[in-house]
Amino acid sequence: MSETFSYYPGCTSHSTAVEYIDSCGEVLSALGIETKELPDWCCCGAASAHNLSRTLALGLSAFNIREAQREKADLLIPCAGCYNNLSRADNALRHDPEMRAHLEKALGFSYTGEIRMLSIVDLLAREELRPAIRARIQKPLTGLKVVCYYGCMLVRPAGITGIDDPENPVRLDTIMADLGAQVIDWSCKTDCCGGDLGMSHGKKTKELVNGIVDYAVAAGADCLVTSCALCQMNVDSRQNRIPIVFFTEMMAEAFQIGNRKRWWKKHINNPAHLFKDR
Amino acid sequence: MKVNLLKTDDSLLRRIMNESGQPVNLCFQCRKCSAGCPMIDEFDFPPNMVMRMIQLGRREELLASKAIWMCVSCETCGARCPNGIEIAPVMDCLRAECLEEGVIPADKTAVGLHTAFTDNVKVFGRLHEATMLMLFKLRDKKISKDDIELGVKLLLRGKIPLLPRRSKDLQKIRELFKDSGR
Amino acid sequence: MKKIGVFVCWCGSNIAGSVDVDQAVAGALKLDGVTHAEHYVYMCSDPGQQKIKDAIAEKKLDGVVVACCSPRMHENTFRKAAGSVGLNPYLLEIANIREQCSWVHPDNKPAATAKAISIIEGTLDKVSQNLPLETITINLTKRVCVVGGGIAGIMAALDLADAGYDVIIIEREPAIGGHTAQISTTFPYFQEISELLDKKRAQVHEHPHITVYLSSEVEALEGYVGNFKVTIRTQPRFVDHANCTNCGKCLDVCPVLVPDEFNRGLTRRGAVFRLNRDDERQLPVIGRRDCLHFNEGTKDGCGLCADVCPEAAIDLGAISSTQEESVGAVVMATGYDLYSPANLPEYGGGKIPDVVDAMAFERMLDPKGPTGGKILRPSDGEVPKSVVFIQCAGSRDPERHKAYCSRACCMYTAKQARLYRQQVEDGTAYISYMDIRSDSRDFEEFVQKGMEEEHLLYIRGRVAKVFEEGDLLKVLTADTLSGHALEIEADLVVLALAMEPASGIHDLVKKMNVTVDGDGFLTEAHIKLYPVESSTKGVFLAGCAQSPKDITDTVSQALATAGKIQTMFANETLIADPLIAEVQTDICSGCGICIETCPYGARVMNEYTGISVVNQAVCQGCGACVAACPNKACELINSTTKQLFRVIDDFARRA
Repeated sequence: MSETFSYYPGCTSHSTAVEYIDSCGEVLSALGIETKELPDWCCCGAASAHNLSRTLALGLSAFNIREAQREKADLLIPCAGCYNNLSRADNALRHDPEMRAHLEKALGFSYTGEIRMLSIVDLLAREELRPAIRARIQKPLTGLKVVCYYGCMLVRPAGITGIDDPENPVRLDTIMADLGAQVIDWSCKTDCCGGDLGMSHGKKTKELVNGIVDYAVAAGADCLVTSCALCQMNVDSRQNRIPIVFFTEMMAEAFQIGNRKRWWKKHINNPAHLFKDR
Repeated sequence: MKVNLLKTDDSLLRRIMNESGQPVNLCFQCRKCSAGCPMIDEFDFPPNMVMRMIQLGRREELLASKAIWMCVSCETCGARCPNGIEIAPVMDCLRAECLEEGVIPADKTAVGLHTAFTDNVKVFGRLHEATMLMLFKLRDKKISKDDIELGVKLLLRGKIPLLPRRSKDLQKIRELFKDSGR
Repeated sequence: MKKIGVFVCWCGSNIAGSVDVDQAVAGALKLDGVTHAEHYVYMCSDPGQQKIKDAIAEKKLDGVVVACCSPRMHENTFRKAAGSVGLNPYLLEIANIREQCSWVHPDNKPAATAKAISIIEGTLDKVSQNLPLETITINLTKRVCVVGGGIAGIMAALDLADAGYDVIIIEREPAIGGHTAQISTTFPYFQEISELLDKKRAQVHEHPHITVYLSSEVEALEGYVGNFKVTIRTQPRFVDHANCTNCGKCLDVCPVLVPDEFNRGLTRRGAVFRLNRDDERQLPVIGRRDCLHFNEGTKDGCGLCADVCPEAAIDLGAISSTQEESVGAVVMATGYDLYSPANLPEYGGGKIPDVVDAMAFERMLDPKGPTGGKILRPSDGEVPKSVVFIQCAGSRDPERHKAYCSRACCMYTAKQARLYRQQVEDGTAYISYMDIRSDSRDFEEFVQKGMEEEHLLYIRGRVAKVFEEGDLLKVLTADTLSGHALEIEADLVVLALAMEPASGIHDLVKKMNVTVDGDGFLTEAHIKLYPVESSTKGVFLAGCAQSPKDITDTVSQALATAGKIQTMFANETLIADPLIAEVQTDICSGCGICIETCPYGARVMNEYTGISVVNQAVCQGCGACVAACPNKACELINSTTKQLFRVIDDFARRA
C-alpha cells in the first residue's frame, strides 16, 4: 500500500485506550500502511462539547481538519467517537456554507474539501487489503467465538459515517472471519452502551452494558470485539463476565506481533486466557 | 371550564428546524424513536413527545425537561425515523437554548460533566482525565463506591496518566471557546 | 317405469375413505327404477363424465343421480354433461354424500354407507318425479336510464353511449355536473376540475346516444330486468331556452334575493337565476319555490321578468310534464348531500358567518367563483391569517351524528389547507383530525408534502367548541398526542361535513324497489362479488349513492357499472333458471300474502282473475312464497312439497 495517511490518535491514545492505539500502530506498519501523526491536534469535543454548543463542537473538530489539510493527506482516525465528530465537522464544512464561513474565520483557514475522514475500520476492511491481511496471519484465531460490537459512533448517522448497513454492519465481522475466528451473529451489534453519560450516570450505564453483555453471553461468545474506545472502556469496566477486545488487538494476536502481554493487562477483564491454550 | 390552555406558536419550531437542519414538522407520531431509545426510562418526555412539543411551541417545558439532558446522542432514533429526523442535533439545539436562556437544567450532573470536560479541554487542548474527573466529582459532590473502584482499577492499569499533554496552538483553541461563548 | 342411473364418486378418499362404494352401488341397484349403477374415483374428471354420458346413451337412461360432493360444486358440470347427450339437464340430481355424509362420519363406515344409500334413495325418488324443464328467455331492451347527472352518472352514461346504447340521464337540477361542478381542484395532483368536467359535460350534450332530462325526477318505475318503464316528471323552467338569448335582463329585474345553494350561501341569487351564477354560458331558469309569482300572498303580483324579456321567452304559466321511456337497465347515481352544519351548534355551524363548510371553501377557491378564487372571510372580506380545518364534522360519531367515515374529507382537507397556505404565505393552517386516512396512490405523499412544504399543523383530537370573541374565533381543542388542552385563535373555521345520501332518497328507493342501509345509502347485492348490482336485478349502483367516495372511486365504480351493463347487453335476450315458483291456479284464493312476502317483487295479482302470478324473469326460486301461502297453492318447480315429503319418508323408513 503506497498511500500515506495523516493520523489523528485522539485523547484516549495515552490513557484509557492506550492498547488500542498501540495495536493500531503495530497492525498498520505490519501491513505497510504509512501514517504520520498530525503535528498538532486537539480534542474533537468527544461526547461533551456538542451538548453545550454546536459551534464549539464543530470548531474543535475543524481545528484538526485544518491541520490535516495542511498535511495534504486523508485523515485516518482509530477512535469511533473521534471519527464521528470529525466527520460531522467535515460534513458541515462541506454542505453548510454559513457554518463553513464561520469556522474558516474562527480558525483562519480556507477549507478545500480535498482531504477525507477515514475510520481505521473502513480502511482495514477494504477488499484489496484482504489478501495482505490473510498473508500476515501466523496463528489464526481458530476456535475463538466472537461477537462484533460496533456501538453508535461508527454507525450513526449513516449519511455521516458511511457505514455499510446501520442496522447490520459487517465490516468487523468480515475481518474477524478472515482471521479465522468463529463470528457469531447477534442482535446487539449497534446497540448503545450509554457511554456518553458513563461518568455521570453510572447506574443507568451499567444497566445498558449488562443488557448487551447478557446477549453476548447467551450467544456463546468468548469475547466482544470493538473499534470504539468509549464502548470498550465502558463495557469493560461495568461487568466482570466477558472481555471486550479491540479488533486491532485481535489482528495483532493473529499476526503474532506487538507487546500483547502488556495490552492484555490493560484490560479490566483480562482476555489473556482466550489466547493461551489454543 | 377553566383549563390550562396553551396557545400554539410555531416560532420555536421554525428556529429549531433552522438551527438543527432537521424536518421536525414532519413528525407524525409513529413513536419508533421512543420504541428504540435506550434512555427512555430516564426521560420525562419520550423523544416523540419532544418532537410534538416543539411543533406546538411548548418551549418552557422543553427547556426545563430532563429528556434533553438524558439523551446520549446514540442516534438510534434518527437511523430509524421514517421522516428522516435526527433527534440528536435537535436535542443539542434545545440544550444550547436552555443554557443560553439561563434556564436551570433538569439534570445538573450531566451538565456538570459536559462543563468539566470542555473546561478541561479549554486548559490543555486535549483531555486530561485525572484533573477533569477530580473537578467534576468535587463539584458534583456525588461519588459512589463504583466510581472509586473504577478509578483505582484504571489507575493501576496505567490508564489515567498523571501528567497532561497539551496541544500546541492553545491560543487558537481558546479563541474557539470564546467564539462559542463557553 | 323410469330407467335411472346412479353414479357413486369416491372423491379420492374423501368419500371412499368412509363410505363403502361397492356396497353403495350394490344398494343402489336394489332400488326401484335403477337400471345402472357404478362408481369411479373422480366422477367430475373427464373420464368420469364420459362414464355418465356413455351410460345415458347406451342404457337410454331417463334420470341420473350422481352421489358425490355438494351440488354447489358440480351440479352444473354434470347437468351440462347430461345435456350434451340429450338428457334434459333438470333430470339429473346430486346426492350429497360428501359434506352431508362421509366428512361428518369418518369413523363409522357401515353407518356412513347405510346413510349414503338413504341419501341416494331419497334423491332417486325426487329425480323420478322431476319435470324436464327449459330455461326461461326474457326480452331485453338495450337502453339505459341513469338517475343522477353528477360525475358518476356522466361517466357511466358516456361509456354506455360510446358502446352504442341509448342512454337517458335524469337530473333534478337545471344542469348536469352535480357537486363536482362546485369543486375547484382535485387531489392529489391539483388539477382544475373545470378542465375535466366541462369536457365531459360537452360530450354528454353532444352525444347522439344520450338524452338529458334536466329539472326532472323519476315519477315511477315499472317492469323488471330488461323491461323497465320509467316515468319521468319534468318541472318547468319557465324560460324557453330555444328562444332565450341569454341577455340577462330577467336576472337584473328579479326582486327576490335568496341564498345561492350553488355557492353554499356565500352569495345570493334571484328567483330567476343561473345554476352556476358565475358561469355566464348557462341560460337562466326560474325556481318556483322562491318566485313571487307563485307565492300565495303576492299571487299575480309579480311578472317583472316576463315583462322585461325581449324575446317573450318567459312563460310563468308553464306546467310540469311527464314522459315515459323503456329501458333494460337502470343506474342509480343519485349522489350525496352535505350534512347540515346546523346540526353542529358547538362549532357555530350555520350561525357564525366565519364558520363555513368545505364546499363553501371550494367555491372560494374557484377562480370563476364568488371571490374570484381568493380565500376571504365571509364576515368582512379580509384575508384570514389563521384557518382551522375541522375534520369528521358529523362523521364517526355514532351517538350524535353519523357512525361512518365520510372518506374523502381527509384528502380534500389536506388539499384545501395546502391551497390556502400556497395563497396566504404568512397564514397558518391547523387541521383537527382523529386519524389521517390517506389510503390511495400518492395520497399519503400528498398529506406528507403538506406538512413538509406548506407546514400544515395537524392536531390530533376533536374540537370541543368554536365561539366568537371580538373579531376572532376561538377554537378550543386538545392535542391528544401530548395530552394538553389548546386554544387556537382563528380567522376562519372550515368544517369537513359528513356526506349523507341525497335528499329524497327514501322516496326514490321505494319507487325503484332497491334497498338502503340504516343511513340511506343504497346497498349492493354482495359487497365483494356483486358490488355494483343492487338487490333488484337490472338496477345498478354508482358513486356516493352507495357510500361516500372521492371522485377517483366514484368514476371507477361508474365505469364498472357501465361495464356490467354492457356484459348484460352482449346477449340478445336474458336467460333465467326455470327452477322458480309456480301457482296452482285452482287452489290460489288471491289473498296476496305471497306478494307481500316476495323479497324480489316477483309476485303480482292478476286484476282480472284475482290470482297471484309469478313474474318468471324476476323470481329467484327462494321459496318464501311456498312457506307463506296459507292454501299451499305455491310450489317450487322440481322441489314440490310432494317430492320433498317423499325424500323425508325415505329417510324416516330407513332410520
